[in-house]
Amino acid sequence: MGKVSLGEQSISGLARQYEVSFAAIQKHVSVLEKASLVTKRVDGRQKLVQNNPETLRRATELLAEYERIWTHRINAIGRILETESQADDRKRAEERTPE
Amino acid sequence: MTVVSTSPDKENLTLTVVGEFNAPADRVWDIWQDPRKLEQWWGPPTWPATFTEFDFSEGGEAKYHMTGPEGEKAGGYWRFQVIEANRRIRFLDGFADQDGNPDEAMPAMVMEMTLDEGAGKTTMTTVTTFNSLEDLEQVLEMGMEEGIREAMGQIDALL
Repeated sequence: MGKVSLGEQSISGLARQYEVSFAAIQKHVSVLEKASLVTKRVDGRQKLVQNNPETLRRATELLAEYERIWTHRINAIGRILETESQADDRKRAEERTPE
Repeated sequence: MTVVSTSPDKENLTLTVVGEFNAPADRVWDIWQDPRKLEQWWGPPTWPATFTEFDFSEGGEAKYHMTGPEGEKAGGYWRFQVIEANRRIRFLDGFADQDGNPDEAMPAMVMEMTLDEGAGKTTMTTVTTFNSLEDLEQVLEMGMEEGIREAMGQIDALL
């Protein structure tokens, strides 16, 4: 659905572009609409859909924040595993040198 | 660097994070299946997590809370959907009420974690899926946001 970012498009146009059925696009659009990612309007016989830049901006911001949580977690896991592997090495070294 | 990549997808509201560790898969698996190890990394430094129940089986639940700098508590639960030893876990991560019971009215996200071992290293991929932007907003607001900003500030200062 990257193309929606370019501006307003008709559902039938999108269906042609992606070579899928009108129903499939409509279903996808209604999911995006529910998430406030796009807005839909009727123009004569056409249904037009456009992205909602404010929502996309907010989604980007929030995901970036969640990304920082995970970066922190991965680094913390790395430190735990590193400590464990050093402990293993020490244990092995001790086993090799009998009293 | 242990973080290989982070890929946010704003249209599908998912975050994929790939990390690589110099450890066999069973060691990485341990940091998920042992609640005492989970407590060392799940919460940010200023919001450490405490797991009070941990039924690590498909359909089983874990209960935890994170304690903030002022002693405030944010409760959560995990509901394990898929567990394949040393390979994959999928669970729901949601909010808990004051008594630590799952609060079904609050958002829950789906977490999927996969391990791939090769050449003495293990690649860990986590995918978090949010149902809606409101859910994502709420997750970050609930007790976490401020603590995390603060904690991240500390880490950034150290690096």
